[in-house]
Amino acid sequence: MTLTASPPTSAGVGAATLLDFSDVAMRFDTGTVALEGVDLTVRRGEFVTVVGPSGCGKSTLLRIASGLETATAGTASVSTKRIGYVFQDATLLPWRTVQRNVELLAELHGESSDERRRKAAAAIELVGLTGFEKNLPKQLSGGMRMRTSLARSLTLDPELFLFDEPFGALDEITRERLNDELLRLFTEQQFAGLFITHSVSEAVYLSTKVVVMSGRPGRIVKAFDVPFPMPRDPDIRYSAEFADLVGEVSHALREGHR
Amino acid sequence: MVINVTVLDPAAEASGEKGTARARGRRFRVTGSTWWQPALVFVALVGLGYGIAGVFALQGRGFLWPYPHEVLYAAVAEPAAVVQIYPALLNSALVALTGLACAVVLGIGAATVMVQARWIERSFFPYAVILQCLPILAVAPLIGTIFGYNFAGKVVVTLLISLFPMIANTLFGLQAADRAQRELFQLQGASRLTTLVKLQFPAAMPSIFVGLRNAAGLSVIGAIVGDQLLGQGSPGLGTAITVFASRTQGPEAFASILIASLFGIAVFLVFGLLGRLAVGKWFDLG
Ligand SMILES: Nc1ncnc2c1ncn2[C@@H]1O[C@H](COP(=O)(O)OP(=O)(O)OP(=O)(O)O)[C@@H](O)[C@H]1O
Ligand SMILES: [Mg+2]
Repeated sequence: MTLTASPPTSAGVGAATLLDFSDVAMRFDTGTVALEGVDLTVRRGEFVTVVGPSGCGKSTLLRIASGLETATAGTASVSTKRIGYVFQDATLLPWRTVQRNVELLAELHGESSDERRRKAAAAIELVGLTGFEKNLPKQLSGGMRMRTSLARSLTLDPELFLFDEPFGALDEITRERLNDELLRLFTEQQFAGLFITHSVSEAVYLSTKVVVMSGRPGRIVKAFDVPFPMPRDPDIRYSAEFADLVGEVSHALREGHR
Repeated sequence: MVINVTVLDPAAEASGEKGTARARGRRFRVTGSTWWQPALVFVALVGLGYGIAGVFALQGRGFLWPYPHEVLYAAVAEPAAVVQIYPALLNSALVALTGLACAVVLGIGAATVMVQARWIERSFFPYAVILQCLPILAVAPLIGTIFGYNFAGKVVVTLLISLFPMIANTLFGLQAADRAQRELFQLQGASRLTTLVKLQFPAAMPSIFVGLRNAAGLSVIGAIVGDQLLGQGSPGLGTAITVFASRTQGPEAFASILIASLFGIAVFLVFGLLGRLAVGKWFDLG
């Protein structure tokens, strides 16, 4: 694993395609059609955010991408095995310390304890949790737990990073701080990101592209390219262009909801 | 009995909520300082004991209900009683702990097998429930016939009484890991065994210790009941109680009951403490 910074490259047509969904549909045994005709591509250096009404199939989309579910129609191809998955809650093992939680994935892959410790130390440093290695999850704040969860995924050195509303349960200030950290990680690591959120401003702030889904069965109704350069200036959030784009996305979201 | 009540919430400490932590600590401490209330009840109970003993004595049937100090004397100082009660305690403790050990091994083993597939659980769990409803008095002769009327038979009675809480609590605990945690393992391609060892068993520990504490309490009952029902081999507390009572040796019989009760309480507390030592750091066993 290399947790070293590589120079940011702008994602272009030439960048490797890590996730490619074509006409993907998902129909559960219960008869619920969660997704229909979804086309979606995520390349290295792209950070794509999905917004959509509750229950429209956003989590299902990620679960298909990660291999937890199999699409019932269409093709869903993911061209890497190094997939990071950050769940809605931190999903830490409460009996393990921060250090041992972050080591978990490498441990499950049977890596040596030296290797595990090295990776965990690097990841813990990346998320700014140095000094808290010996804490148990219950001794951490919600934001710190989420950082631990991020660090755990980072040990995989993911090429494709999936996030299912990871900051939904956090307060506004913590959420903004973690957004900035995530952007920093993104510019340093150059993974391909697929991020789900309910917050339109979070979506616009984080991504290179925002995808709006309709209500169930979820289909992609609109996609917006976000023109702001990376690394992103935190003050962009208070600019008029930012507000305009947030407005447009929110509008599309309301349209799709009908 | 010491209740550990002054522990502050470390989560609140770490997240900088000093005020809340202190307030919480204070509230617990207030609850904890009520030790004198149970003590008052204890004094009242002893007083009641004296009252009843007085009534029995007035009716000339004092041997049926001895004064509390006579019971205490029989339990700690009266040579004839002491030489019988304490070896009996030792024998019963041996039966109880052996039975408990069997219940732990079999209970955890059975639950681990049941959790492997829904159909196994559905097929066998009802029998575990039946185990709990088994009228031990009725099956004791059968156990005597099969396993003998001494040590082995008594251990089996103890096992039958204390097995269910081990199975039920372990099974519950093994299913305690939530879906996201399981999927975290699944995403890394973890095998069933790895998931069992690194996720399900650690997650089950609090439940297993709750089961152990209950099973331990029941194993004492099992050892004494088994002793009374089977009645051969080295005499335990059950035999001591029966013999003293049949000879109308009130203080001695009551002393045996007192020691048996204290033994039960001690076992419950020790296993409760063991649980808190094992998982108390990350789980509040209450
Ligand atoms: N395993 C399943 N079996 C049957 N139906 C399911 C299953 N998983 C999800 N669904 C249904 O599919 C639909 C989409 O679910 P999904 O969790 O993907 O929504 P979501 O967009 O993530 O919602 P939210 O924003 O509330 O998290 C829902 O109606 C849900 O009930
Ligand atoms: Mg969801």
